[in-house]
Amino acid sequence: MHTNNFSSSLSLKKSACIVLLALAVYVGASSFKDNSVAGSRPLADSLVSKKAFLSVYDVLMSPRCMNCHPAGDVPLVGEDSKLHTQNVKRGKEGKGMYASKCANCHTDKNQPGLNMPPGNPNWHMPPADMKMVFEGKTPRELATLLLDPSSNGHKTKEDLVKHIAEDGLVLAGWDPGEGRKQPPLSHEEFVKQFKLWMDNGAYLPD
Amino acid sequence: MIQLTINQQQYQVDAPPEMPLLWVIRDLVGLTGTKYGCGMAQCGACTIHLDGEAIRSCVTPVSKAVGKKITTIEGLSADNSHPVQRAWLIEDAPQCGYCQSGQIMSAAVLLKENPEPSDQDIDDAMSGNICRCGTYPRIRKAIHTAARLQKEGGIK
Repeated sequence: MHTNNFSSSLSLKKSACIVLLALAVYVGASSFKDNSVAGSRPLADSLVSKKAFLSVYDVLMSPRCMNCHPAGDVPLVGEDSKLHTQNVKRGKEGKGMYASKCANCHTDKNQPGLNMPPGNPNWHMPPADMKMVFEGKTPRELATLLLDPSSNGHKTKEDLVKHIAEDGLVLAGWDPGEGRKQPPLSHEEFVKQFKLWMDNGAYLPD
Repeated sequence: MIQLTINQQQYQVDAPPEMPLLWVIRDLVGLTGTKYGCGMAQCGACTIHLDGEAIRSCVTPVSKAVGKKITTIEGLSADNSHPVQRAWLIEDAPQCGYCQSGQIMSAAVLLKENPEPSDQDIDDAMSGNICRCGTYPRIRKAIHTAARLQKEGGIK
């Protein structure tokens, strides 16, 4: 009887140890995925995802992308992202105002020559009711903005990938006209990194 | 040959499709009220209306105007009776006059879209039209006057 009691006690202690160990493993694993927006994912995926977004971030914060996603209502120009002259403003639809609408000067194509207006048939900024501000955002803030349909133009993750891969105005960043630098990655590499970010869980950078 | 509608008249011009619309208007059609200023959409002297928008004709290829309604300063009204033109006379807005056709065409778009513009609205609309004589205070005053004339009598 005494032996049996001792044996039972030992068995209880073993069970308690196993539960504690399992709990420790669970807590440890949870701490690695606290930035996830995609639910449970292996650690390796989150590292790949976050690293890929940092490459994406470098592109989005380059003048070719950020200049039309300013913190204010005036678009930015040039490699130093200075305010657009002529008091140009966003307007309700993101297409400028009155006699200073974007398309009045930005025609369908880039104008030849240095400092000439770049062109695209769909030249515009984000609209006033969804400004999609890139300027001043940290990587984590920008990733959060991109993943939120209420701030990203009502886009799903699939829509986002299609947008950055195919949209004519996005592609125009790699055909900026004379005297302007392209973003730091090729468009092909940009799309690859964007998909890596998405496919590995779309983790928010730390 | 390219077919154009300028000031409600039909024109046929022999021009390459990429020729700036300004060159066509001035050199081929002979309507010289629209001026050449910078040639790079920076000054506004070449502003005309294309389907009612105040475009810069110095950077707009003529091909973009095919099938659209072009209005130059000569066609803004038949008898200088547009409220902006009348207000420009009342307030004696121009000095040398070189930029003024562009100023008037931009102001006309402003008043069409905003019949009672504030000073800020005027700045937003007109800052792309540069005047080296510095007639900006008179231009602002003239736009307010034009707004009043437009309200009283409409656009003739």
